[in-house]
Amino acid sequence: MTPTENSSNENNMEKKMSATTPSSLASVASNRQQRVPGTNLLGTGLETRGVHAWFGKKHVLSDVSLDFSAGTVTALIGPSGCGKSTYLRTLNRMHEFIPTAALAGEVLLDGQDIYAAGIDVTKIRLKVGMVFQKPNPFPSMTIGENVLSGLKLAQLKKSNTDDLLESCLVRAGLWSEVKDRLGEHGGALSGGQQQRLCIARSLAVEPQVLLMDEPCSALDPGSTFRIEETISELAKSMTIVIVTHNMQQAARVSDYTAFFLSDGGPGIMVETAPTSKIFSSPIDKRTEDYVTGRFG
Amino acid sequence: MRLMTLIENQSAAIPAPREITTKPRRSDQIFRGVVTLGGMSSLVILGLIALFLSIKGFNVLRVEQLSFITDSTWEVIDDGEGGVAQSTYGLGAMLVGTFLSALIAVAIGVPIATLTALYLTFYARGSVKRLLVSLIDLLAAFPSLLFGFWGFIVLMDSGEYWAKLLNKYLGFIPIFDVPAPIFARSPFIAGLVLAIMIIPIVTAISREIFDQTPLDRIQAAYALGASKLAMIRSVVIPYGRGGVIGGAMLGLGRAMGETVAVYTVLNIVYQINWQVLFGAGGNVASLILLKFGEAGPEEVDALMAAGLVLFLLTLVVNASSDILINKFGKKGR
Amino acid sequence: MTQLITPKPQTPWATTIQQRLNTAVLIVFGAALAGVAVKTTGLSGKLGFSVSFFVIASLLIFIQQYRLRDLAAAKDSLLSSFASLAIVLTLIPILSIVGTVVVRGYRNIHFGMFTEDMTMASVNDPVTAGGLLHALVGTIIMVGVALLVSFPIGLLTALYLTEIRGNLTRPIKFLVQAMSGVPSIVAGLFILSILIIPVTQELNGLMGSLALSILMIPTIARTAEEMLLLIPNELREAGVALGATQWRTVSGVVVPAAKSGLVTAIILGIARIIGETAPLLLVSGGADALNFNPASGPMGSLPYYIWKAFLTGGTEEAYGRAWGGMLILLIFIFTLFGLARLLSGRKVA
Repeated sequence: MTPTENSSNENNMEKKMSATTPSSLASVASNRQQRVPGTNLLGTGLETRGVHAWFGKKHVLSDVSLDFSAGTVTALIGPSGCGKSTYLRTLNRMHEFIPTAALAGEVLLDGQDIYAAGIDVTKIRLKVGMVFQKPNPFPSMTIGENVLSGLKLAQLKKSNTDDLLESCLVRAGLWSEVKDRLGEHGGALSGGQQQRLCIARSLAVEPQVLLMDEPCSALDPGSTFRIEETISELAKSMTIVIVTHNMQQAARVSDYTAFFLSDGGPGIMVETAPTSKIFSSPIDKRTEDYVTGRFG
Repeated sequence: MRLMTLIENQSAAIPAPREITTKPRRSDQIFRGVVTLGGMSSLVILGLIALFLSIKGFNVLRVEQLSFITDSTWEVIDDGEGGVAQSTYGLGAMLVGTFLSALIAVAIGVPIATLTALYLTFYARGSVKRLLVSLIDLLAAFPSLLFGFWGFIVLMDSGEYWAKLLNKYLGFIPIFDVPAPIFARSPFIAGLVLAIMIIPIVTAISREIFDQTPLDRIQAAYALGASKLAMIRSVVIPYGRGGVIGGAMLGLGRAMGETVAVYTVLNIVYQINWQVLFGAGGNVASLILLKFGEAGPEEVDALMAAGLVLFLLTLVVNASSDILINKFGKKGR
Repeated sequence: MTQLITPKPQTPWATTIQQRLNTAVLIVFGAALAGVAVKTTGLSGKLGFSVSFFVIASLLIFIQQYRLRDLAAAKDSLLSSFASLAIVLTLIPILSIVGTVVVRGYRNIHFGMFTEDMTMASVNDPVTAGGLLHALVGTIIMVGVALLVSFPIGLLTALYLTEIRGNLTRPIKFLVQAMSGVPSIVAGLFILSILIIPVTQELNGLMGSLALSILMIPTIARTAEEMLLLIPNELREAGVALGATQWRTVSGVVVPAAKSGLVTAIILGIARIIGETAPLLLVSGGADALNFNPASGPMGSLPYYIWKAFLTGGTEEAYGRAWGGMLILLIFIFTLFGLARLLSGRKVA
């Protein structure tokens, strides 16, 4: 990257980062090109109906019904502890790993309930991928092996792995930085690079939906910016659901936003709307209080 | 420009940290002294063990030198007047036996222990898991005499039977061949008993290591659509490999030093025997026990030298195991 | 519209009854096929049946998973099968050993055992003759003396590692581990070489205790260290902030707080050495008579009693006597472990 390219990127970053008031958030959101759902042949997307979640006797998530249309980016915002991550994990059946977990309701992928009896859960996770908050590449594998690890783990046979490797890294925005060191170990990269590696890794199994659980919260602003660019690119070919604490980020990347809240009891989804609307004219007072910073 | 000067000035003004010293009170000085002395006890004791065994065994070692380890004759001929006319001391056969029985124990016990640890960590849940863990801890508490006893009376018949089968179908492999059809009290059976003895230790260490596998890597594997086997192969094993090997070496060390269990189960014959199914063998520890009762002063010295060899051997194995476990177990890759 | 009724929590991913039944059917079918295999081929006996049962049942489950899902799931089921096999293989000896001791030992104990020693009886006499009083007394005395030596040293070592944490911490930790790996017979040889041969020329209970101490110290040191580390640092800071010296903080705050943990360390140390035989065979003399003085004369012990019965006897009566002694020893060990569990309330390695 030449010095001039560097500084112009920084200028863009500064412009985007300076938005802080709801109205400016709204204008940021509306500045983005609104994606119209259903224009891509990506199936019908992900739908959830009346999802509840429990940990043992504790009711942590109540009655969330939300649709994620194919090809859109939806942000889940809300204060900590209101069940956003728990909800995200019900979408790719990671919720059930906690020993006392239970749930009710339906999660439909292309019209089919992923919790139905007889469903092969590993197949679901191939279609609904996940990127975690803390980057977690496999340290015992090289960069190249990391990207393709999904294929190995699921025992999928692919003919041209080199092309797949390159395309995943390109889509994740990492190719130019690592193309000459694919044989190095995954742990040698910086935090932001590691996270993009994890994104590339989840792309290799060609998911329809990508879930991102606060993917940038552990990263510096520069890496955050790069990943947000990646998200915008990826949304052209899949559905993305991103949990974020950062409202500016929600305004920057998402088409739709859902606001979660918990008043000490189970978390609920208060309101969902196109992003520009939720920041400019939210319907519920609680949403308005949150996006204007009265609490959070 | 002004900003730079300000910063420069500030760095010039940062003082060096002060040295803080405390003179401890008298009682604390005594306290620290006593505790440090106590803490060094393990060093002192180990040092004394090495020292005194060497002193006692010195004469024999000086005469025998390397043949103490390589030769396989242990013979004391009395001169009829309470003294010794002629003697040779060579541990060779018993050293081979030590390694052989310990290796058999590790070859049988470590895979079972590792799989058991995988089962307990990734398959067992709740009260069943607690019960199983308690039972295995119980196994660790049994005295070695009990294993020897049980091995001799209960396991022997089955052990003979399996040995006969092995000999029948795999007898073309030299170590499974036998010079005579005596299958009872063989290194194989001793190895079986030792394997059962080391399983709880290796399981406990492996379990600790598997428990510490970083959860985020496990979740990453599952999120990519991995089955349990794929997850274990790609995350757990690379992480825990070193520590599990360390645990296996700990089991090896234990099996090498085992005395009464081997003494009761194995038919101690003083010659090198690689044919594990044949009823003859021994190890250094059981040799010491065997010869001690009737040993004259010189032979006792030789037994001390043997004890020194055993001590150093187990020290090296245990030290390596320690290094492996601490390097790979607590932190992993 | 707000939902008035919350639905019941479900776990749709849990193994259903139907799935369990399917697996059970496969296993039973596998057992039947194994039985057929045993009848018709050369395989015979328990081993033949067990091996073919395992192979056939695993194969059936493999095939089922392959047809229901895919190759990866089928391979996964193989791991599951082998892991289950391993736990069964681990459990069988435990149950066999406990069962054997209980069944054979029970026949061979009687109340008189606790009041007589072996001076008037030989190991080949019927079990009703003689008893193990001398052995019990000997074990209790030897373990007690060993404890008197080992506990202070073990505790001091642990205190060094947790409270002082000086420059020698790494080496000392390493050495404690190394010491716990010393073969028990070497401990006996050591006491012989340093005390018995040069100095006392006598085999007695005290020598036995000292040999046992070498084995006991590492156990006490390690467990005590674990327990002391559990004491939160805030307690130590509170003591120091009140102006107490380190000595007072440790003796007045830390050690009392770790009391139950230290008792656990003691119990585990006792359990470690109570069954040790090899060093006692070398240095304690193994008397048949009751002896209350550890410093003079040979002293019996439970392991020695069992050893004598087992190895110098040879008759059924002798073996029976040994099993009886073993049962008593095992009851001691169970009780000690149970106590340790109760005290610490968690798993103690």
